[in-house]
Amino acid sequence: MKETQNSIGAYLKLHWKTAVFLVVLLVGIGVADIFVDSYLRRLLNLCAIYVIVSLAMNLVNGFTGQFSLGQAGFMAIGAYTVAVFTVPIESRAAIFYLEPMAPFLANIQLPFIVALILGGLASAFVAFFIGSPCLRLRGDYLAIATLGFSEIIRIVFTNTQSITNGALGIKSIPTISSLWWTFGTAILIIIATVLLINSTYGRAFKSIREDEIAAEAMGVGLFKTKMTSFLIGAFFTGIGGGLFAALLGTVDPKQFYFTLTYNFLLIIVLGGMGSISGTVIASFVVTLGQEALRFLDEPMAFGLDLPIFRPGLRMVVFSFLLMVIVLFYRKGLMGTNELTWDFIAQKYRSIKKKLSGKKTSTEGGGN
Amino acid sequence: MVVGMTMETFLQQLINGLSVGSLYALIAIGYTMVYGILRLINFAHGDIFMMAAYFTYFGIAVFFLPWYVTFIITIGLTMLLGVTIERVAYRPLRDAPKTSLLISAIGVSFLLENVATYLFSGKPQAFPEFPLMTTPFFIGGLSFQPVSIVIPIVAFILMSALLFIINKTKIGMAMRAVAVDYDTAKLMGIKINGVISSTFAIGSALAAVGAILWCMKYPSVLPLMGVVPGLKCFIAAVIGGIGNVKGAVLGGLILGFSEVLMVAFFPALTGYRDAIAFVILIVILLFLPNGLLGKKQVEKV
Repeated sequence: MKETQNSIGAYLKLHWKTAVFLVVLLVGIGVADIFVDSYLRRLLNLCAIYVIVSLAMNLVNGFTGQFSLGQAGFMAIGAYTVAVFTVPIESRAAIFYLEPMAPFLANIQLPFIVALILGGLASAFVAFFIGSPCLRLRGDYLAIATLGFSEIIRIVFTNTQSITNGALGIKSIPTISSLWWTFGTAILIIIATVLLINSTYGRAFKSIREDEIAAEAMGVGLFKTKMTSFLIGAFFTGIGGGLFAALLGTVDPKQFYFTLTYNFLLIIVLGGMGSISGTVIASFVVTLGQEALRFLDEPMAFGLDLPIFRPGLRMVVFSFLLMVIVLFYRKGLMGTNELTWDFIAQKYRSIKKKLSGKKTSTEGGGN
Repeated sequence: MVVGMTMETFLQQLINGLSVGSLYALIAIGYTMVYGILRLINFAHGDIFMMAAYFTYFGIAVFFLPWYVTFIITIGLTMLLGVTIERVAYRPLRDAPKTSLLISAIGVSFLLENVATYLFSGKPQAFPEFPLMTTPFFIGGLSFQPVSIVIPIVAFILMSALLFIINKTKIGMAMRAVAVDYDTAKLMGIKINGVISSTFAIGSALAAVGAILWCMKYPSVLPLMGVVPGLKCFIAAVIGGIGNVKGAVLGGLILGFSEVLMVAFFPALTGYRDAIAFVILIVILLFLPNGLLGKKQVEKV
């Protein structure tokens, strides 16, 4: 008993800054949950969902080095699972007015949390079938197969009218408004990812990213390890999609166009491929940035009456940004570093040093 | 035979499959050539195809140029676009990790789609009609669109020309050398940059011709029109064996025939027309990962 107390005490002593940070964060979310208006609440919820999906993408693309572009598709599976299983039974007839819901589903309604996990599992299940041919091979087949899959899943959902209501989509999904669902899940997934990355599995992931042949020679089972990463990524992405459905209250196939995936790609490239904290920061930057730059899409005439600001400009800016980062700042914000206390202290010291160095050099120049 | 299908309609479907397949083959060649040399999925290739369609649309419908002038300008501009993309987005990353190059390719694709949406609006534009190409004619109770016959013929001529370039000319030999061994080719004095540029130029020119013919068959132009053909044609290249030009042609034809015939035999599956390519991809990757004509790749340490 005494020993455990001691070890907890020692742990807290070692990580007191992190503990304080976590408490401040949780209190912050609690306060925000009470005070923010509905617009900001929706935006923050969206940020947290983007954190979840981007982290899952970074696990596969950044840490394991396997290029997956199926995020939109896996999100769609999670979102539709939540939609199909949580819409109140009494409103189903009104939603499925063109073709009634398939009888084996029509009377099943599950609690949100069950549907959410089911969505993650369904998405991992599908990932298994895409992964098993592609992950056995070297090369970029996974990229094309996953991108293709996210197109196909849209086609499938548009055509299976009696389950997904086709192109009409499913409306009146019970929504979540509290910040706790999304932020709670995001924090859990961040913790899970940190633990995973620092485990034996995480080391195996990184060894595959660095050199597949060397990893294999060291006894890392390539297929099994890649598959583990891919399935966990798909599971998290499905959960992110489920939360997305519950946030919007409606799903339809058009929401999951493959360009959605490019948002997450921008996030992980900006944050740094292989950095958890970078991904979290970039998720907020990109999501809030997309909101802040909305004015670019509003028509606005200058003195010359040139319609420069019109729908589409915002996405041009974002894709241009992606190109600039890839070409000139390949490491993104964090590279493969993590925002630890040591990292901050080191940065602080180096900035301080640089500033004082500049000062002395200008003084020297003055004399 | 399957219910409700006469010999005539079957023949018609075959011609249709041949023309769709030839279009796929024209685009697939661009993928396979770039992959053969740079080991890169050029995600932007589908969008180069889309831009070519817009160039043609603007030449004919907006600037009222004669069609032959438009076609020449289109092919020229598309080649320029392809070479510029390689120069700006791929060349600086040649020594970077493969992932960066792949992201750059996706970035270019995304940028082209967004720029096209911004400049030309997301609405589909009607491609000018070519009555000569689309007025059906009849042979023994069968109706054909001339374009369905012209496409395979043009494709065949271009592919023969390409095979001639690759097998008989100096630049073609250089391309094959770079594809076999990048570093050795460099040591042997081959100017890598020139070879890569000409690869992109040839691939883009074929995509431009593909786009012109495509729009004669499906007369509508929109910013995202290159995405699905792009994905499918990459798959066609994988079916035939990536890196192999004849394989890309074979893969394109297989894909074209399977699509058209599936819809003809099972009309209930019409909605899934775009899905068949991916089913074929998964099957090929499971059983014949090197494609039909590809050589087994051995990774050396």
